[in-house]
Amino acid sequence: MSIRLISQALRGDRFPPRMWQQHDLKESYDVAIIGGGVHGLACAYYLAKEHGVTNVAVLEKNYIGSGGSGRNTTIIRSNYLTPEGVQFYDQSVNLYKKMAAELDFNVMFSQRGHLTLAHTDAAVRTARRRAEVNQLQGVSSRLVWPDEIKRLCPYLDVSDHPRYPILAALYHPPGGIIRHDAVVWGYAHHSDRCGVHIHQDTEVTGISVIGGKVRGVETTRGFIKTENVLNATAGWCSTIAKMAGVKLPVTTFPLQAFVTEPLKPFLNTVVVSGSLHVYVSQSDRGELVAGASVDPFSSYSTHGSLSFLEGIAGHLLELFPSLCHLRVLRQWAGLCDMTPDFSPIMGLTPVTGFLVDIGWGTYGFKAGPISGKMMANLIATGHTPDLITPFRLSRFEEGALVGEKGAAAVGH
Amino acid sequence: MVLLTCPNCGPRSTQEFAFGGEYNQRPQEPLASSDSQWTDYVYMRDNVWGLQTEWWYHRSGCGLWFLAERHTKTNVVETTYEWSERG
Repeated sequence: MSIRLISQALRGDRFPPRMWQQHDLKESYDVAIIGGGVHGLACAYYLAKEHGVTNVAVLEKNYIGSGGSGRNTTIIRSNYLTPEGVQFYDQSVNLYKKMAAELDFNVMFSQRGHLTLAHTDAAVRTARRRAEVNQLQGVSSRLVWPDEIKRLCPYLDVSDHPRYPILAALYHPPGGIIRHDAVVWGYAHHSDRCGVHIHQDTEVTGISVIGGKVRGVETTRGFIKTENVLNATAGWCSTIAKMAGVKLPVTTFPLQAFVTEPLKPFLNTVVVSGSLHVYVSQSDRGELVAGASVDPFSSYSTHGSLSFLEGIAGHLLELFPSLCHLRVLRQWAGLCDMTPDFSPIMGLTPVTGFLVDIGWGTYGFKAGPISGKMMANLIATGHTPDLITPFRLSRFEEGALVGEKGAAAVGH
Repeated sequence: MVLLTCPNCGPRSTQEFAFGGEYNQRPQEPLASSDSQWTDYVYMRDNVWGLQTEWWYHRSGCGLWFLAERHTKTNVVETTYEWSERG
């Protein structure tokens, strides 16, 4: 990066080259990926880089990273509850670790540690179980008590004054935060350099399925012939799947978050409370970024609500009473596709050539790199990798659910 | 969406209600239905972008489970009615 910067300065270029190019829509592509977020772009990147499949179109109806990839609270962790979930997210954390070097792009990944607070005996038990499951899978996680919590996070109120005093916490040192836009841009830049076409402002309006096989995709800019379509959308996954005649067990809920005015360094770990439905971290700019669980009813609306702000502010003050004079800068919502078992859905569908990487609920961003890599593997080889086999769509009919109660939407 | 009209109690704050998910027709003949019909009923969702028929429960009120027609993008509730009134 720095060498490129110096050479540009010496050449006197006023503008660096564009990160990715605009292209006309080609008549046909080997693979069409619907959704230009971290999942879709990571898949395009791994298809090009690891499998040499470069005749790929990424179709995004807005601008890239405008959906869930730009609306999440950037938390990366792998301290889940099921062995399947832990293995999967751990590989994602490992890819995030190497990402800045691999993409030659500063994604500002900071592994600052992640604390999941337990306010009840039941939550302490769950935390202990999660720590054991994590350790069995080789993931660093352990139970810590209020004295150590206070050392890790001095401004947290660990006294017995609050309505729900902090009894213990699950401490996960590899957890942290990242700059989410940079991840999207890094993948987009490198896929573009490999020959992938990124089509922004291109909305998919139909999928042509003949004889149970995908034949092409209708978009607002014309028809594309293709035999492989990946649905990597959030919020629109049911709408897209209906175009191919595939039913999904997904309900879309908004999840709201907010950011405060900047502070001096205040919070060095990510703090999560399942019982109080709040998670908070401090960004590199000093702002506190906080989010909650999903809204109480399903919706495609991304409007903020006062009841959310009142609720989360109250909970945040219960954890950090010293924040009482802090002002909120802005509030937003992202769309979360919730599945019945709080696990994603990846892999094949009854329609040949129509693949899904959806149902990412409240945990999609942290899984972007590994799911992109696995989906690329599946598209290129036609064989579902073992790592994502538990997350197949047919698990609902088979009764083989992956109950992931370690997700952010679940109070425990 | 600040108010929701309970067919029994009239307009009340949304905070009094619990959302019960989209309305889904139960298989008519439980014993004769196949696994895939049951999977459709138990797990698969329309998740429609537009007008949705859905269950609501007046949790902090009369305790009635009723149906509402709500637009899932604008959150405007067109109508609410009791299940028995469903045509």
